[in-house]
Amino acid sequence: MTQLVATVPATEKSSLPSHRLVRRPRILEAIAETAIKAVALLSILSVLLILFFVGKEALPVLTSAEVHKEVTVRTLFAAHAEAGYMWQPVSDEPKYNILPLFLGTLKVTFVALLVAVPLGVSAALYVSEFAGRRTKEIIKPAIELLAGVPSVVIGFFALVVLASWVQRVFGTEHRLNSIVAGVALAVAVVPIIFSVSEDAFRAVPGSYRSAALALGSTRSQVMLKVVVPAAAPGIAASIVLGFGRAIGETMIVVLATGNAAIFDGSFERSTRTVTATIAQELGEVVVGSAHYHVLFALGALLFLSTLTVNLGAERIVGRMRRRLGGGT
Amino acid sequence: MNRRTAIAALFLGFAACARSEQATTGTGKANVTIKGSDTMVILGQRWAENYMKLNPGMTIQVTGGGSGTGIAALINGSTDVCESSRPMKDKEKDEVQQKRGAPAVETKVALDAVAIYVNAKSPLQEISIPTLRKIYRAEAKNWKEAGGPDHAIVLYGRENNSGTYGYFKEHVLDGKDFAAATQTLAGTSAVANAVKGDVFGIGYGGIAYLEGVRALKVKKDDAAPAIAPTLETSQDGTYPISRFLYFYTAGPPTGSIKRFVEWVESAAGQKVIGDVGYYPLPKKEP
Repeated sequence: MTQLVATVPATEKSSLPSHRLVRRPRILEAIAETAIKAVALLSILSVLLILFFVGKEALPVLTSAEVHKEVTVRTLFAAHAEAGYMWQPVSDEPKYNILPLFLGTLKVTFVALLVAVPLGVSAALYVSEFAGRRTKEIIKPAIELLAGVPSVVIGFFALVVLASWVQRVFGTEHRLNSIVAGVALAVAVVPIIFSVSEDAFRAVPGSYRSAALALGSTRSQVMLKVVVPAAAPGIAASIVLGFGRAIGETMIVVLATGNAAIFDGSFERSTRTVTATIAQELGEVVVGSAHYHVLFALGALLFLSTLTVNLGAERIVGRMRRRLGGGT
Repeated sequence: MNRRTAIAALFLGFAACARSEQATTGTGKANVTIKGSDTMVILGQRWAENYMKLNPGMTIQVTGGGSGTGIAALINGSTDVCESSRPMKDKEKDEVQQKRGAPAVETKVALDAVAIYVNAKSPLQEISIPTLRKIYRAEAKNWKEAGGPDHAIVLYGRENNSGTYGYFKEHVLDGKDFAAATQTLAGTSAVANAVKGDVFGIGYGGIAYLEGVRALKVKKDDAAPAIAPTLETSQDGTYPISRFLYFYTAGPPTGSIKRFVEWVESAAGQKVIGDVGYYPLPKKEP
């Protein structure tokens, strides 16, 4: 926008009368400003509308007597007398226990972060601190290209290739399991963690490094004692963003988890995530049924949990930033 | 001005084209949509291809998603024909009547044997319905209990919008719940593919998906003879888990839809079924 304002008078100075010189950019500016403001408001508005709609459709789980014949807030969480913690909505007696689904989401996300955080952060550290210009010019776009791989392609690869490989190497009980899904998910999460951490490392002022070197630190001391702590808030932010990506990802987990809502802590058995459940079941439910409202409640809960994590993380990152200074 | 008139004329022309395209057949829509059962999607597509070859100008779009998805689409009015691998429930029929203002009309179009898939390397040859029930209800977790090797059974099944899921639940599990450990996959071919890659896996699905897996012979109960799923045993009903595949429409089919459905029931249409891998309707059946 600043460019627009600057160039218009410069090029038209000689040919136009002076009053247009002043007015025209202002009109343009006003239009541009309003348009941008409208776009920004529109995106906030759409988020609010989505939130309102999801909340509205989820509400009957709390209030509707019709829905309560099949499911109540208590049965969403409490174990069924015979079946235990079971998600089986299409049944003579529908069972809507959501704990196996949230456990599945947590397990897969945990594995994804376990793999993606060390990979992403250390790759970022290497690129910003050690790599020469040439290497950097190859590695950086290559990792960022990974972000452009459609998740359905990653999921498909996990389903066909990775799963067989994991089973051969680890001898897992189920071919599709939390480990396979988590590793596949990590592929989608690494580019996010990498680029945000890399920005954080790059934002550490060069004077910090120079000062540490001047005091006689070795290169690894500079890195571990100065650069990493200074960039810590940025790294933390990258992990939070990665977490958000992992927890919300759908296509990869639909394909790679096996979608069995098992309630146990095993990582080598199949699992079923919240997002996969919504994706696979919302298409066929009868609008307005208990099942329909429970799926919306799942969406609302998922949204609330990521929101809580994000807000909590923001506070922690803010505190780190104040204490450490520097960073992004 | 001239340009504006030209653009207006162009738009009018488009509108006219769109109009005339709809009107070509005179007695019905030239565009027919079919939606539903994943079991039937390859069958529907083959029917559509053959029929469109015979009737240029007709467009038939076939999509899957599951019988439940198709039935929901029929209720919501977003499909002309619903393919379903299970009969519609009374509740669903009421909803069609309510929302579409016409009764759901059922047409049996083909016969399918629900096959029990095992890996090609599995030593198992046959299984009884009661054993199958125990396996899918997590009461039997080891292949030993079904006469196989000493190893945990890995269960594969379909999503709960699948007609095959509903059929299996009703006819094999007596309406009880599937074991939580059943891995639910989207589509019969995904189930067959998973069993193909898993020596200790078991799955179920339409008979047309036997690529790379083996179908077990099935015994009605432990004392009954083991019957292989074939054209004859399905048509005479000795294979215990064979079923009809259905078309549903809101109200009796009319115009171009009626002609298509009649063609499907004719000898030419029924011949396609065999090519796909399902079984044509028995002759005496209406």
